[in-house]
Amino acid sequence: MKIIMSKNYFQVIRAGINTTFQDEGRKNLYHVGIPFSGSMDKRNYLLSNKLVGNKINSPSLEFAYQGPLLKYFGNKINIAVTGDVNFKIKKKDIIIDGNCYQSLNLENGDEVDILSTNKSVYGYLAIGGQIDLKYQWSSCSTNTKAIIGANDGKKLENEQVINISKLNNQSVERKLNYINTKIENIRIIKGTNFDYFSDKGKKIFLEKEFIVSKLTDRMGMRLEGPKIENIIDTNIKSEGLIKGVIQVPADGNPIVMLSDHGTIGGYPKIGVVISADYDKLVQLSPGSKIKFKQIDLSSAENLFKLYDLETQNLISQIE
Amino acid sequence: MIKNILNLGDAALYCDFGKEVNRETNTQVIRYFKSIQREKITSINNLSPSYNKLIISFDLKKTNFKDLKKLIENLSITNEDDLENKKIEVPVCCDENFALDIVRLEKKLNLKREKIYENFFSKEFFCYMTGFIAGMPFLGDLTENMRAKRLETPRVKVPKGSVALTEQFANIYTFESPGGWNVIGNSPLTIFDSSKEASPNLINPGDIVLFKEISKKQYENYNE
Repeated sequence: MKIIMSKNYFQVIRAGINTTFQDEGRKNLYHVGIPFSGSMDKRNYLLSNKLVGNKINSPSLEFAYQGPLLKYFGNKINIAVTGDVNFKIKKKDIIIDGNCYQSLNLENGDEVDILSTNKSVYGYLAIGGQIDLKYQWSSCSTNTKAIIGANDGKKLENEQVINISKLNNQSVERKLNYINTKIENIRIIKGTNFDYFSDKGKKIFLEKEFIVSKLTDRMGMRLEGPKIENIIDTNIKSEGLIKGVIQVPADGNPIVMLSDHGTIGGYPKIGVVISADYDKLVQLSPGSKIKFKQIDLSSAENLFKLYDLETQNLISQIE
Repeated sequence: MIKNILNLGDAALYCDFGKEVNRETNTQVIRYFKSIQREKITSINNLSPSYNKLIISFDLKKTNFKDLKKLIENLSITNEDDLENKKIEVPVCCDENFALDIVRLEKKLNLKREKIYENFFSKEFFCYMTGFIAGMPFLGDLTENMRAKRLETPRVKVPKGSVALTEQFANIYTFESPGGWNVIGNSPLTIFDSSKEASPNLINPGDIVLFKEISKKQYENYNE
């Protein structure tokens, strides 16, 4: 691999488990077979960019569980980490515990070590400046399945570099008081095949606890628990999917479609997670308990308005 | 025509065109899809046409189910046949290293492989939809005697280029992917090309596909 380095760049010493560049994602490509992609936890993504003074829809590094260890070379640069993340800044003679939701300066030779996300999955590292990345369909979001977007459609790899073509003005310090809260229940709207399931199956879906399994990634979240019985047909004619759809295949274990989901599916849809709860849903790590609560469309719409207002409010608090 | 519009979650319209899976119904879906696409409605995030459904997902910050439903219901849909029906020839090598499930199919269909391939290569296929993975075409219809169910246990990895059958449909795996269809061969043709942003898919809904058998040697020397 030929490595070209710009004046300001990060050396990737450890890439982390699943580190990708993400922005707001790609629109109008479901019919081609390309999902939305983009950041999983949108609020934390937006806040990371705002904290370093980046424009809307700028790329952030999204990491899951263990994040990257990056060494910086160049002029002073601003970074910010969001989520519930344990990380350290290593300077020449000192190691500093990192605080999330606060802009931090890195100087030539400094390292940022993202150790882990705490009882959650995703975190974001925003870099104050313009990163040299490939855009496809107006987005740099990496989609490793279709091999598109930044980093040649691949996860971050050890030894590679991240080139910064332009630095933001570094004089502004930004900070936010914010704590990620957990929610008791994930709220859903009944799916288009809700009546494919027995009364007992519906009751199990809406009243029992499920466990997030290890087979969970950016494409989908597989749940384990009491089986949901289908009484009509365990297949439907293949049709479109959207993120948040909960499909139940023949084995009776629900699968929630996440941002990199396949665009077509043939399993009955028992429910759809409401838009306001998606950020919280994706942060449930394997082993977490999950319980669904059914609400109606107008309540879901109101909850989204609240969620959006709260996000805008947080953004406006960052100076 | 749309029989019914339901909400799928809080940010999508689920348009139902009836129970039947056939070219007439699917042509209606594709007409709606193309007409809505032409309108360039900024609150719409995505359109997913399939056999007999059209899912319209939207930006909940810009609109809501009730308003967008009204807008779609009042849209004028072009009735003239504007589908191009492009004809595409797809080369397929049926070497036994590629035809992973031909033995299974011989048993399930109670047909000799020569007959299976004869049926397959003499057929013109209609592209109903594309997706699941980028560019994958869903092609129909296989005759009654060619219809087999999916594998009992899906493969974790179906090789890229695999040409496979299930029920009345054929498809082409544009990427290595998990999958449960019966693989009968492999095509060297590039079906999905992400460098062509305006039209990344070689095969699009409404197109006609003809498969053509090629030898292992032709496969290895294939040059687009």
